[in-house]
Amino acid sequence: MVFMKVESDTIYHLADLSNFSISEKEAESLKKDLSEILKYVSQLDKIDVEGIEPTYQVFEMENVWRDDEILEQEALREDLLSLTKETKDNQIKVPKVL
Amino acid sequence: MKTANKIVSAVRLVQDALDKAHEFSDYNIFTFINDEVALKKAREIDAKIARGEKVGRLAGVPYALKDNFLSPDGETTASAKILTGFSSPVTATAVAKLEAEGAIMIGRTNLDAFAHGSSTENSYFGPTLNAFDRTRVAGGSSGGSAVAVALNIVEFATGTDTGGSIRQPASFNGVYGFKPTYGCISRYGVVAMASSTDCVGFFTKSSEDMNLLMEIANGKDSKDLTTLDNYYNDVESKEIRKIGIVKDFDNDSVAPEIRKALSDKCELLKSKGYEIVELEMPALKYALAAYYIIVPAEVASNLSRYDGVRYGFRSDNSADLDGLYANTRDEGFMPENKRRIMIGNFVLSSGFYDAYFLKAAKVRTLIIKEYEQAFKQCDFLLTPVSPNPAFKLGEKVNDPVAMYLEDMMSVSLNLAGVPGLAIPAGETDKGLPIGLQLVGPRRSDKALITFSKELENE
Repeated sequence: MVFMKVESDTIYHLADLSNFSISEKEAESLKKDLSEILKYVSQLDKIDVEGIEPTYQVFEMENVWRDDEILEQEALREDLLSLTKETKDNQIKVPKVL
Repeated sequence: MKTANKIVSAVRLVQDALDKAHEFSDYNIFTFINDEVALKKAREIDAKIARGEKVGRLAGVPYALKDNFLSPDGETTASAKILTGFSSPVTATAVAKLEAEGAIMIGRTNLDAFAHGSSTENSYFGPTLNAFDRTRVAGGSSGGSAVAVALNIVEFATGTDTGGSIRQPASFNGVYGFKPTYGCISRYGVVAMASSTDCVGFFTKSSEDMNLLMEIANGKDSKDLTTLDNYYNDVESKEIRKIGIVKDFDNDSVAPEIRKALSDKCELLKSKGYEIVELEMPALKYALAAYYIIVPAEVASNLSRYDGVRYGFRSDNSADLDGLYANTRDEGFMPENKRRIMIGNFVLSSGFYDAYFLKAAKVRTLIIKEYEQAFKQCDFLLTPVSPNPAFKLGEKVNDPVAMYLEDMMSVSLNLAGVPGLAIPAGETDKGLPIGLQLVGPRRSDKALITFSKELENE
């Protein structure tokens, strides 16, 4: 496995991918924690998986379909819009995008 | 369990439970207590009983709901700041099924935020205290639910188990905790953590109660296409003769008192004529490493939806939309949530995917095969739930790897999708509960629960 020490720029890159605006102090403690976690999981190096197929899910079926029909909804549009902070003309209001 | 009837009213059962919930408030079990609505529902059931109408199998039974199940009663926060203020307009299928039988939710229980943790210390609302020793953790992530049952506040509680989150707190608090076969109970309306391992299950004081709840809650749900058909009652029971012990778990990393409890139960089974077989399952020791790659990857994906726009907490004073996302997520998640999301994004990122995620997915295959082999040699397995009994508050909360190691014996079941029942198995010298888990092949849920009677002390 390719375990290497986690550097600060990796932490900021991961924070960016994860959409976190982390502080310098937080970055330091994340660097330590993530290094330890990755070091621990890197023990998979020791196990041989040559020729083994990966498993991504353990449900016994694949591609379960339902009929394409409109079902009764539990929540109305007003119920859902009432969960947000600010709405205007039945739309959710957020700070400027650009 | 006690249900309401003409002599003992639902109001009485519910009022008793509410009184106890308030009495034990210093244990920090509940994120919400459902005082008014619970009593209103109890009065409705009493009125039905008075009119001689048919009532459900859980009529007037007070229960506690882990705070990651959606329902309109109270806010559903998953014990995370980012979901504070969120009152769900929809009801989880599991909740709807329980309430259709007359069960009454008296409170929502504390958990590690988004069920990320093994101690309930990662909650935005602070830790829940262990029912047997207030200086120790409740276990987690369903710590509040386990303690609510252990302190006799409620008859049962719901939980979710992604890697041990029902079984481990059950064993830390001396109650039954069941993680069914993957797909047995609908997850519609349950806050998602890792979709390929998440399971809904229960905490109870007896195996009979567990069976009743499973009969009610299992089955296909058109709102969750990862539910299996209604197999729970229909699987033919077969004679149980051989119980397997995993030799790889019988080593110094497991507390001596837990190993003793296991050997005591083996002696009990032998005295009843069962055969004990020792098995080697060498891939299981890699289950934890595989789990802490696969699950964070799924967590990173499932938790990307929390952005402060549509519901829950939103950070103030963001200059633009990107800032709103980043500030809301930074302020709204607990440190363990962030670790898991970032690890997930790391193992999925280009350059590391093959070495981490793909490798872990292949190890998962080996673990599944190992269980299949094991169940050719025995009917069920009996193992510890965790290497130690409840640890001290604060002992591991700042050391993520030490905390993860507590999940060593529980996560492989979730990777394989097989059921596991945590059962009480005595106490340590210090009076802390010890739990063991019975593990069976897929769809052996009912047989597993029934068989656990054999492990009860006379």
